[in-house]
Amino acid sequence: MKTGKHQVKFSFNWLVVYLLMGGLVLFTSLPLIYMISTAFKPYDELFLYPPRFFVRKPTLRNFYELLTALDSSTIPFTRYIFNSLLTTCVTVALTVIVSSMGAFALAKYKIPFGNTIFNIIIAALMFSPHVTQIPNYIIVSKLGLLNTYWALIIPKIAVAYNIFLMKQFIEQIPDTYLDAARIDGASDFKIFWKIIMPMAKSAWSTLIVFSFVSNWNDYFSPLIFINKQALKTLPLILQSLAGGPGQIARSGAVAAATFLVTMPTIIVFLIMQSRVMKTMAYSGIKG
Amino acid sequence: MSFKKKWNQYGIPLMFLSPFLILFTIFVIIPVIYSVVLSFTFYNIIQRPKFCGIENYRVLFTDDDVFLIALKNTLIFAFITGPIGYFASFFVAWIIDQLKMRNFFALAFYAPSITSGIAMSVVWLYFFSSDRYGFINNLLLRIGIISEPILWNTDPKTILPVIIIVSVWMSMGTGFLVFLAGLQNIPKELYDAGAVDGIKNRFQELIYITLPSMKPQLLFGAINSIVNSFGVFDIAVSIAGMPSPNYAGHTIVAHLYDYAFIRFDMGYASAIAVILFLMTYSLGQIFMKILSSKDEV
Repeated sequence: MKTGKHQVKFSFNWLVVYLLMGGLVLFTSLPLIYMISTAFKPYDELFLYPPRFFVRKPTLRNFYELLTALDSSTIPFTRYIFNSLLTTCVTVALTVIVSSMGAFALAKYKIPFGNTIFNIIIAALMFSPHVTQIPNYIIVSKLGLLNTYWALIIPKIAVAYNIFLMKQFIEQIPDTYLDAARIDGASDFKIFWKIIMPMAKSAWSTLIVFSFVSNWNDYFSPLIFINKQALKTLPLILQSLAGGPGQIARSGAVAAATFLVTMPTIIVFLIMQSRVMKTMAYSGIKG
Repeated sequence: MSFKKKWNQYGIPLMFLSPFLILFTIFVIIPVIYSVVLSFTFYNIIQRPKFCGIENYRVLFTDDDVFLIALKNTLIFAFITGPIGYFASFFVAWIIDQLKMRNFFALAFYAPSITSGIAMSVVWLYFFSSDRYGFINNLLLRIGIISEPILWNTDPKTILPVIIIVSVWMSMGTGFLVFLAGLQNIPKELYDAGAVDGIKNRFQELIYITLPSMKPQLLFGAINSIVNSFGVFDIAVSIAGMPSPNYAGHTIVAHLYDYAFIRFDMGYASAIAVILFLMTYSLGQIFMKILSSKDEV
C-alpha cells in the first residue's frame, strides 16, 4: 500500500476537513449507535417520554425475551437464526468455489466463446436480480424445491458480480507461476488449488464478505420461495415482528432482533477489511 | 490433434467453468429470455401460457394507473438517490484517501450499506415515528417548528422523501470501497508529472489526473448504483407498508411482486420485469459509453 502518498501536514484547513468528516461519520453511524443502545434498554427506558438516545441501565432482558418468551408461535427464534446461518454459509461456500473455478478458466485459458461468455456476464451486472425472479420461481417450483433450503441456495450460486470480481483478480496473477508449476508436472487442478487459490486469498475473502452480506440480508428470495414458517429466515421474521409501520408492541424483542440481524455482517466485514481493500482495486470495468 | 491434447486445451478449462456456466444458464440466461417470452402471454401458472401480443404492455401504459405511479416513484427515487449516493461516495472516498485513520473512516462510512434494509427500516422508524416519541418529531416539537407530530410514514406527501433519506443513508457506501481502492491504485508518478505540467491545486489534480485514471472503478460504481436504485423494494415496503397509503411508496419491484406472487399473473408481471430490465440495461450501456476506457492502457 502506498500510504501517505497524499497526506499533508496538519493545518487549519485540515482541521476543518476532519471536523466535516466527523459530522458525516455522525450521520452514518448515529442510527447504528442508537440501534445498539436500544437493544440493551430496559422496559421503562423504551417507552420514556421524551425519548432518550443512550441507554442508562443496560440489560440483556430484551434478548432473553426474544430467545425464550416468544412462545406465542411454536417455533423458537433460534430456529430462524439457524436457518439464516445455514443457507447463508452454504451459499457463500458454494459461490466462492464455483466462481473461483469459473474465473480461473476464463482468465487463464483460451476457451471457445470465452469472450462472449465474459461479455454476457458483464451485461448481467446491469440488471437487478428481481428481473429473473419470476422464471426462477417457475423453475424452482418445477424442480420441486419450493419450501426447501435449496431454494435459497441453488439460484444464488452463479452470480455475475462474483465471477467478475474473481476474474479481474486472477487475471493479475502472472502466467510464469503457472508455467513453472506445469514444468514441474503439476496438474491443472493442483495449479488451481495450490497456486491460484492461495494467491487470490484476498479476492475470495472479499467475495465471502459481499456474498455473506447480500445473502444474509436477502429479503426477496425467502419472501417468494418460502411459505413454511419453520424455514423462514431472519429478515422475514424481523419484518413480521416489527409488524409494519406504527407497531409499538414487542418493542424490546424487536430491538434485540434488529441487533442480532445487523451485527453479523459488520463483524464479517471488520474481520476481512484489509483484504477487501486490496481486492477492490481490481474491480473496475474497462467498458 | 490428439484427443489428449484437445482435452488439455478445451476439456479442462470447460470442466472448471461448467458448474458456473450450467447454473448461470439455468438461473440467469434462460430466465431473462423466458421473461421476455412470458411478457407476451397470459400466464397464471396453472394453465398453459396463452400468447397475447403486446397486450400486457398496452395495459401497463394505458390502463394501469398504479403502475404509472410506481414508475413515477421509482424514477424520482432513482434519479435522486442514485446520483446523490454516487457523488457522495466518490467525494468522501477522495477525502478519506487523504486522511489519517483511513480504516476507521472507511468502516464508519461503509457500515450502513452492509446492514439489512429491513433492520435499518426498523431503526429509522424510531427516528421518523409518526407520534411524539419519534426523535425527529420530538425535536421539531421542542424547538417549536411544528405543533402536531408529522405523520412521516403514513402521510402520502412525506412517504417518498423518508424512503429516499433512508436509502441515501444506506446506499452511500455501495460504490465507496471501489472508489477508495481505485484512488489508492493511481501511481504517484502521475501526480508528480502533473505538477511538472503546471497543475496547481487539488481540484485540477482531481479533474485532469484522478478522474481519468479511475474510469473503470467509476463505471463499476455507476452500474452498481443504477441497479440498486431502480430495484428499491424492501425499504419501501417496511417503511410505508404494502400497499402504501395512496401508493405513495409503491415501486416497480413492488408492483412486480404484487402481480407475480400475490395475483400470480406471471405474464403481466414479466412485462414489468422486462421494462425494469430495459431501463437499467440502457442506462448501464450509456455509462459504458461515457466511461469507456478500452482504448486506453
